Amino acid sequence: MPRSYKADLHVHTCLSPCAEVRMSPATIVKRVKACGVDIIGICDHNSAENAPAALEAARRHGVHVLPGMEVTSSEEVHVLALFDALGPVQQLQEIVYRHLPGENDEEAFGMQVIANADDEVVGFNRRLLIGATTLPVEEIVNKIRSLGGLAVAAHIDRESFSLIGQLGFIPDDLALDALEISPALSYEDAMRRYSPSLPLIHSSDAHKEEEIGQCCTHFLIEEVSIGEIKKALRGQEGRSVLR
Amino acid sequence: MTLTEVVEKLGLHVLTSKGVSDAKVTGGYTCDLLSDVMANSKAGNLWITMQTHQNVLAVAKLKDLAGIILVNGRQPDEETIRKADEEHVTILGTDESAFSISGQLYQLLGKP
Repeated sequence: MPRSYKADLHVHTCLSPCAEVRMSPATIVKRVKACGVDIIGICDHNSAENAPAALEAARRHGVHVLPGMEVTSSEEVHVLALFDALGPVQQLQEIVYRHLPGENDEEAFGMQVIANADDEVVGFNRRLLIGATTLPVEEIVNKIRSLGGLAVAAHIDRESFSLIGQLGFIPDDLALDALEISPALSYEDAMRRYSPSLPLIHSSDAHKEEEIGQCCTHFLIEEVSIGEIKKALRGQEGRSVLR
Repeated sequence: MTLTEVVEKLGLHVLTSKGVSDAKVTGGYTCDLLSDVMANSKAGNLWITMQTHQNVLAVAKLKDLAGIILVNGRQPDEETIRKADEEHVTILGTDESAFSISGQLYQLLGKP
């Protein structure tokens, strides 16, 4: 029997230079547990290096983490990529790293902390994660899909770094699974404003602890997997998105 | 001033293969956010950008822009050029920056 899962599919960790340093994977997972969210997606900018710790912390605390990343296209469009397991997200990360020029400046952008599930710092990512890859948005979406992931245009209601902000409208042939709206917009207003031809998800894009779970999507699914979420987004086989 | 004259005076490369239209250039608009260009550019404007995504064609057509100048030597892909020819959108190129080419166009056209 499908049941309802409350999902916040866009959460940053301390690996993202713009996120709070106390957003360690373990801290996030504890907070998720405490605030009654069932599933989170870990989506740091252009990297998934805190996904292993988040998965380990999730296993310990009995919450569901989908490993992912928020990839920046050459047009500076943010695309969320979510997966069932570490393998494919790490494959995507390899491709992203090959197309991500520059080195981080901690003074200017912030620290990029890699942590373990015990809340210990294990390293710092030196790449310019806040930068843009040289990959066109189509290529990123196609790559995510071919790796079995969920491809979502992030925060389409924002002026900057969003598909609509950068490209004016949603290209017809883009193989996205969904569009994400930010906490700034209600579902009803988003439906009115965009009359979207793709399903909408709502998530927090949390960069601070208190933002986690601030905005969620409720999925009616059998179990937590990308396949089930895709079915829910398409309204297939009794799965759905509850509004 | 016509687009042909602007191309000549600013030494722009014509990247599309259908040649330059004799559209009248009413002014310029410099921006890489397509949503803003859709909101604020005016018909007949020459659009200066580094954005090469195919959506630029639809925006240029929708706003009836005189043409697009791609800066910093940026090249559109073949599919974009093919579509631009089909849609009668002129894509021009320059190795100069957006700042520099905007300044030159502004001087050329005089104050709007």
